[in-house]
Amino acid sequence: MDPEKPQKKDKKTAVLQGNEACAKAAIQAGCRFFAGYPITPSTEIIEMLSGEMQKAGGVFIQMEDEIGSACSIIGARWGGKKSMTATSGPGYTLMQEAIGFAAVTETPTVIVNVQRGGPSTGQPTMSSQQDIYQARYGSHGDYEIIVLCPSSVQEMYDFTMRAFELSEKFRTPVILLSDEVVGHMREKIIMKPLPKETIEPTQIYASSPREDFFKGANSMVEGQLHDELGRRIGHIAPKSGDFINKICSKITDNIKEIADVEAFCMEDAEVAILAYGSVARSSMNAIKLARGIKDDRVRAKFRIVKDLFVRGVPATIQTDYSHLKVGLIKVNTVWPFPEEKIQELARNVDMVIVPEMNTGKYCREVRRALWDKTVISMPKCGGEIHSPNEILDRILEEVWCK
Amino acid sequence: MADITIDKACCKGCDICLSICHKKIFVRSKKRNNYGTNMPEAVNRDTCVFCGMCERLCPDGAINVRKTEEDKEK
Amino acid sequence: MNELYEKYIKKESLPTLFCPGCGNGIVQFAAIKAFEKMGIKDDLACVSGIGCSSWIPCYFKMDVMHTMHGRALPFAEGLKLSRPDKKILVFSGDGDCLAIGGNHLIHAASRNIDLTVIEINNYIYGMTGGQKSPATPEGSVTKTSPFGSYDEPIDGCSLVAAAGGTYVARWTTAHPVQLEKAIAEGIRHKGFSFIEVLTQCPVQAGKNIFGEKSPVAMMARYKEMTYIYKEGMEIPEGKVRIGKIKHDTSRKEYTEKVLQKLEEKNIKKGQSNG
Repeated sequence: MDPEKPQKKDKKTAVLQGNEACAKAAIQAGCRFFAGYPITPSTEIIEMLSGEMQKAGGVFIQMEDEIGSACSIIGARWGGKKSMTATSGPGYTLMQEAIGFAAVTETPTVIVNVQRGGPSTGQPTMSSQQDIYQARYGSHGDYEIIVLCPSSVQEMYDFTMRAFELSEKFRTPVILLSDEVVGHMREKIIMKPLPKETIEPTQIYASSPREDFFKGANSMVEGQLHDELGRRIGHIAPKSGDFINKICSKITDNIKEIADVEAFCMEDAEVAILAYGSVARSSMNAIKLARGIKDDRVRAKFRIVKDLFVRGVPATIQTDYSHLKVGLIKVNTVWPFPEEKIQELARNVDMVIVPEMNTGKYCREVRRALWDKTVISMPKCGGEIHSPNEILDRILEEVWCK
Repeated sequence: MADITIDKACCKGCDICLSICHKKIFVRSKKRNNYGTNMPEAVNRDTCVFCGMCERLCPDGAINVRKTEEDKEK
Repeated sequence: MNELYEKYIKKESLPTLFCPGCGNGIVQFAAIKAFEKMGIKDDLACVSGIGCSSWIPCYFKMDVMHTMHGRALPFAEGLKLSRPDKKILVFSGDGDCLAIGGNHLIHAASRNIDLTVIEINNYIYGMTGGQKSPATPEGSVTKTSPFGSYDEPIDGCSLVAAAGGTYVARWTTAHPVQLEKAIAEGIRHKGFSFIEVLTQCPVQAGKNIFGEKSPVAMMARYKEMTYIYKEGMEIPEGKVRIGKIKHDTSRKEYTEKVLQKLEEKNIKKGQSNG
């Protein structure tokens, strides 16, 4: 489960950037259409796929804007090609109408948002997790959507493959909600071979099953609320209500299958850190620091920084975290909100701390689910990720205050 | 004589056919279509030259003009 | 009902939502006639935006995508690129095509991608009740220009021709035979085809802009205010040119260019290390 330690028994490895891993995974998953528009920090995905997608026999096009990109990937999916686009902040905002259209027409497609600081032009080269609610509620209207949050390059690869699988299975757009830290980090990963059953399109979960075009099915893809034949029912209240319930329940009824939440050192934990995305990496290192788990790779990375600090900082100020029994709840599928899984994992702790690179958004959901626990929000805006020490210091503060 | 039919389920009573036919085959009738307006009816059908303009200019596809066997022989 | 209409139209969706006398039905029938003559029903899909005219293909018995306002073109481009062997027909209105969709129109034309766009120009936003559109004549009083429209109208045909579209034509609903031929020619043409159709909207534009409630009177007006260009003729003042405006077969189509380049660079399928 540790994102820093890929399994040794598998075959092909590579040292890749997060964005590059996402691009390669898309091709591996069978994606054969990519339309995009360059925007920092997602540009590496479009640059890599401009060559690789065509070499793989697929189609690549740089569209005139993000709206065009999001629309053309939906059009391409109905032509039978699995499709994807990648963007960040301002571009992601532009795509919202198209995401709603994909949700209502039950078009499987994958949209990658490599988050940066916002709002508006914001911080083009700095990371954030500010789009967490927009990923869920960005488009107008009622719908459900699946959002995956990778925290390592390996997860960028794996979750991109999973995104295609989930989108085809549940006939829904899937958002891969990465951030600049994960998008730009370089790590060694294992590139898993193509799964034995390739990601097959299915109509089982579609509320209005519809064949791809040019199969003689006279498919009607309609943005207005529609019946099984694609005829509009927007003016008929009871039918419209049923339609909305159906497209939402196909996701909410299957949360157990969709949800992916991991636990680390939770067996005897008294305080839990609940994190997602790049902040989950700091949280993981915080656990290791507190529990004294030795990790040579972590030591090597932090050695230079640590030496500077250790030589310069008096011994009395170096904090001792060894008595803290902390654990990590790492949320990989942030939406649909995995309420039951989080409640189950947190059942034995009294305090949960939620570090996020935003004003404390996801914490609201956690508070609602863990209403009987002390849930502490640890927001951090500005573009820098929480350090392990910061998280542990905050926990100590809270524990002492109690 | 041309076989000219107007479908009451399609016709909306826009009266384009009344003006467009240069043989003045279509006249307003007292019959009502499903839309609730007055339908046209075809008279003097033997003057039809099968130009097809009424079919092309009916926005609702209500008009069908067919050549009968004797028209085909002519 | 008409035999050809019955063959191509979904009976269960009738009656159409078009007002009595609306020009959309005439364009619909012209398209049907073109499909029948070409025999391409199985190799064709239609894409439309939002507006009255975007409902035209929704009644066809074929694969249809009824998309977002102004975005019919990127949807059609995605569909075309995923199935370059098929033909895609786009139905868009004057607002859908020239206002919100203007940018996509310019880029699609510039790419010269093999699509056929039929812009149904009724000079107004009909579905939402009669607001001005980019094609509305200057000075027209509409629901959003109560003191007369300030903007000079945009000519879709000139825009597309300048951006790089290779087949550009304009007809009206008063010319259904020529319109049918133009649609067939546009579909057959391998490149970006743009056909503007001046259509009557008796309920909104007729009342507000032309002062005519009768569809036949509006069609007569269209015949009167347009001219077909002939070599050497004197161009009449204040009239709109109809007919085939541009037909360029020399420019390479987008998908052809892509395939040619991949061949040149010796890039064969399956070469990716993905």
